[in-house]
Amino acid sequence: MSEELIETIKKEFRSDILDEIVSNNEHYLTVNKDAAVHICDYLYHTLNFPLILIFATDERAKERTKDGCFKIHYVFSCKSDLFIIIKIKVEEKSPGFPTLTHKIPAANWYEREIQDMFGLVPVGHPDPRRLIHFEDWPAGLYPLRKDFDIRTKPPRVKGEYIYRRVEGEGVYEIPVGPVHAGVIEPGHFRFSVAGEPILNLEIRHFYTHKGVEKSFESMSLDKAVFLAERISGDNSAAHAVAFCQAVEKIAGVDIPPRAKYIRTILLELERLYNHFGDIAGIATDVAYPFGAAHANKLKEQVMQLNEKVTGSRLLRGMNAIGGVRRDIGDKKEMILKELDSLQKDFMELMELLISSPSVADRIETTGRISNEIAKGLHVVGPAGRASGIDNDIRRDHPYAAYHKLDFKVPVIKAGDVNARTNVRAYEVYESLSLIKLALSGLPGSEIRTKIKKIPDGCALGYTESPRGEIFYWVHISNGRIERCKVRDPSFCNWLAIEYAVLDNIVPDFPIINKSLSLSYSGNDM
Amino acid sequence: MTVEDEIEIMGQRLNRKIKGLFGRSLSIREVDAGSCNACEVEVNALSNPIYDLERFGIHIVASPRHADMLLVTGPVTRNMELALLKTYNATPEPKLVVAMGSCACNGGIFGETYASSGGVDRFMPVDVYIPGCPPRPQAVIFGLMVAVDKIEQKIRKLEVKA
Ligand code: SF4
Repeated sequence: MSEELIETIKKEFRSDILDEIVSNNEHYLTVNKDAAVHICDYLYHTLNFPLILIFATDERAKERTKDGCFKIHYVFSCKSDLFIIIKIKVEEKSPGFPTLTHKIPAANWYEREIQDMFGLVPVGHPDPRRLIHFEDWPAGLYPLRKDFDIRTKPPRVKGEYIYRRVEGEGVYEIPVGPVHAGVIEPGHFRFSVAGEPILNLEIRHFYTHKGVEKSFESMSLDKAVFLAERISGDNSAAHAVAFCQAVEKIAGVDIPPRAKYIRTILLELERLYNHFGDIAGIATDVAYPFGAAHANKLKEQVMQLNEKVTGSRLLRGMNAIGGVRRDIGDKKEMILKELDSLQKDFMELMELLISSPSVADRIETTGRISNEIAKGLHVVGPAGRASGIDNDIRRDHPYAAYHKLDFKVPVIKAGDVNARTNVRAYEVYESLSLIKLALSGLPGSEIRTKIKKIPDGCALGYTESPRGEIFYWVHISNGRIERCKVRDPSFCNWLAIEYAVLDNIVPDFPIINKSLSLSYSGNDM
Repeated sequence: MTVEDEIEIMGQRLNRKIKGLFGRSLSIREVDAGSCNACEVEVNALSNPIYDLERFGIHIVASPRHADMLLVTGPVTRNMELALLKTYNATPEPKLVVAMGSCACNGGIFGETYASSGGVDRFMPVDVYIPGCPPRPQAVIFGLMVAVDKIEQKIRKLEVKA
């Protein structure tokens, strides 16, 4: 199947393909810069493969090997567990590359990110403003270029950020943030409203940009796992596993089966406490504090269970390159007992929520994201599945022990807050059952493979976090990280909120926001 | 001892101190200056029905103008620097600054980069440091106790001056 597919693509674009490399389930095709848009458009619209990631690398140092230039990678997720990566070269002296955003809206932020971090210019981009750097960042400084020192402290310069303007009689703006009223992460929201209904929302983020991708490049591999855990605090396990899997793939190591099962259990525990927390957030914002207290109690129960099982309420420190650090076999009975009580309580909670007309009134038809928008922006995770996007990395590109365990992927079409709540509720039941299955099938073996030397190479690592798919692309050279590209699900989903709020009233914004469960730190990095 | 028992004992002690000092609740404004969000997860956990810190006289307020204390998380990113300073300036004296988490204490794993400054005390005097990544809820309560003792000293100093 995958060979046929590659043949079809090669036949279609033979004269534009310059180079081809196959490594595991990743198929790299280097193509002519000018043909990239056409080929990506074909993969996306004709073959229907979602564009999951665009990133750049600085390979100018390879000058002597005649390959020295920047490269841009477009990653597509295909059927039968295959990834096609289209690569183009961009020279420093002509830093332009054709924009893809007109054809594939999901390319928008990636291209602006590349512009800010590498100084390559997406020619014809519909919104070429800065994304990550603020207006006070001096021109001509690009942190992910190899000749940029991570400790540089650029001076602040004068500049202005221009917001989109909506004009008309009675239209006014409400600016919110970066410091919010609640205990949440910082970001700026600018609403244009006429009375209560929202006419336009512009989000402005990257307040929490910490230079994480650059930091990876000066870190040892073992320490880098800890950094991955701290990219988006409540998705620690999913980030750590994705990073470890990429490195293990480069090393050509198949970790012990018991470690795979333990990772699966950790990932599902993470989904449980996140989903409970999200449902609690939605209940809070529809003014249903009883339900919120109930859901928050469940979340706390899972976090305490996490601590008993792993020593960390947020499941940190468990994953390591080659497997996991601690066995959890002796905690089996305790976990099973706790799962039963969680299941019972959660069923009660959902009955309460569903039967409450005041909740239904606030969440049904609120914050709709159409299937078309969700597909165009590549909305992932529960938010995507609530808008009819049938994607789940656990099933489509299986990792850890998922191909051995039976589970369903709920998909709903409605696209409103109600649908997103229900998708999470279904997923809670699936997670509970997955943990039970994994515990009963826990194979007896080592829990960690010692890896002596990691060869040079690059690979993708991925997991389905509670928010959706996380992708890592890691390049190792001489045992060091040459480049680590991280894509958190929120980087895809944030733009969807600008559509979800349209024609909704301002007081419903918090509910819509909660139902999308977006990470700022994972997005800004 | 269960987590609940620990919280109960520490909470009661904290409550006595706060009552004696303020005769009302201690108001805290939390500021995320670029955290990974796990510190926020733990601050929010303190309000869940199991810990329910509000019953011990800890009140998280929406504006710095109503706050006795700033609880700051994150390594202070370049992009949050200004917002943090504005929040600090908006908080009335005598104010306390508590740096929560390894990032806020000294930059943590993010350290000092072009975008991360390496800790809250680069910008303002910090009264109490709560280490941990993230600190457990018990550690946060302990840190708040130390902070309340400090505010007592600060008030005395102000009285002496007056
Ligand atoms: S101290 Fe740790 S948990 Fe807290 S914000 Fe920093 S990295 Fe996250």
